[in-house]
Amino acid sequence: MRIGTPIAGAIRSAVNRTTIVAEYSAFSLLKNALTGNRDWKPAWRAAVPKPRYDVIIVGGGGHGLATAYYLAKEHGITNVAVVERGYIGGGNVGRNTTIVRSNYMLPANSHFYEWSMKLWEGLSRDLNYNVMFSQRGVLNLAHSPAQMDAYARRGNAMRVAGIDSDLMTREEVAKFVPDLDMSRDARFPIHGGLIQRRGGTARHDAVAWGFARGADRHGVDIIENCEVTGFLRDDSGRITGVETTRGEIGAGKVGVAVAGSTSEVMRRAGIERLPIESHVLQAFVSEPLKPLLDTVVTFGAGHLYVSQSDKGGLVFGGDIDGYNSYAQRGNLPVVEDVVSLMLTMFPSYGRLKLLRSWGGIMDMSMDGSPIITTGPLPGMYLNSGWCYGGFKATPASGWCFAWTIAKDAPHDLNSAFTLDRFHNGAVIDERGAGPVPWHH
Amino acid sequence: MRITCPVCGERSAAEFSYGGDATIEMPALDASPEAWNAAVYDRENPRGAHAEFWQHAQGCRCWLKVERDTLTHKISSVALVGKAAGKGRS
Repeated sequence: MRIGTPIAGAIRSAVNRTTIVAEYSAFSLLKNALTGNRDWKPAWRAAVPKPRYDVIIVGGGGHGLATAYYLAKEHGITNVAVVERGYIGGGNVGRNTTIVRSNYMLPANSHFYEWSMKLWEGLSRDLNYNVMFSQRGVLNLAHSPAQMDAYARRGNAMRVAGIDSDLMTREEVAKFVPDLDMSRDARFPIHGGLIQRRGGTARHDAVAWGFARGADRHGVDIIENCEVTGFLRDDSGRITGVETTRGEIGAGKVGVAVAGSTSEVMRRAGIERLPIESHVLQAFVSEPLKPLLDTVVTFGAGHLYVSQSDKGGLVFGGDIDGYNSYAQRGNLPVVEDVVSLMLTMFPSYGRLKLLRSWGGIMDMSMDGSPIITTGPLPGMYLNSGWCYGGFKATPASGWCFAWTIAKDAPHDLNSAFTLDRFHNGAVIDERGAGPVPWHH
Repeated sequence: MRITCPVCGERSAAEFSYGGDATIEMPALDASPEAWNAAVYDRENPRGAHAEFWQHAQGCRCWLKVERDTLTHKISSVALVGKAAGKGRS
């Protein structure tokens, strides 16, 4: 290693002579590798709360960070703080199965998620941060002629909305995912599938870090380890800031984007009841493998979705546990159910070892669709109800929430995602499951 | 998670199906739409003690009212509801 010292020294002096060095480049990677990775700078500042901001976003998850980023970038509102109870990347943005798709059927959902897809397609360039968005396709398997008909209907609805979709025959599916059990006498034989080729996966941590860094570069303060314990109001009842574990912070506007904690945070503003229940969703990752599965596959006769991460682990999940829960861990019946579905699809995966499983708390709305709205109190804005589909929505959720906060009115893309739709009959029930949050 | 059914004893949660918040009282049939909307859609969703219905679907099929902590999953009480209320092993 003696030879490393002069090389490192030469590189250091070369860096000192260079006026513009990209933060992340092949050159900086080499330089930091040779100097023991001791000189990397934090991607965002550890901000100390100021007395007042134009906008405070409660919740430093993907949606909150994206909201702050687009507030600054699209609307020029940079005097913004994101307050986060834990640390950036510790909540659902770091707990999901990283799938991105826009294969919805109802107009409000399809246009919103397609806008998200378009933002995903430019996100790494926009943030100048590689979110490792990989459009490897999302394939939904069909297990009966009736399900093929239903997928044809969904695929056509998507195409009418300008979204790509293709029906796949049984033979095409067998060629596309060779490891699938294609036997005719399977309990749920595969008849074909519906694929959205522009769907895929992204690196979830990079999404959190990229939006945090992007917001920080625009001047947004990201304040971690800062729990909101209450809300400040003026005499008219308007929300004028937040009380936190790090003191009171004033704000012109307060946006709340706290996923599974929505009911608990809103209770601190005096809102006792919402059309939301918090449920635990488990996710799983296998031991790392060489490349095995180059797309996202979902089972159509149960509920399972699986893909392979760039680190090689098979990342998969299924249904929520199905009872109210704030515990970030689930129970064994769902583990058994998910694993058995996985082996139904891919019998050859039976010899793999499970590396980890974990849980996240989902804000299950009563119709399975999100809420991005002004209110419910003056000076307050609410972003919630993501059920277990929040990750793919991250860019558009932030984009629409930023618009809603900046303009005091929703964008066309989120104008249907109101809170009062549950009281005026305008619910958006993609699954047709009725007002039972654990069925969505 | 295990639930102690007053009829069948301690059983795996896999045998039970969830019935949701047990504090919701359905309004009278002629109540206002607002009252019905609130009962159907709005939930307290507490982090902590929660009263909820479960059915022992793969056992005695009785409906149960369970007091459970949503943060720890600890169950503090289980009771039969409906016609069998007050019966069973405690």
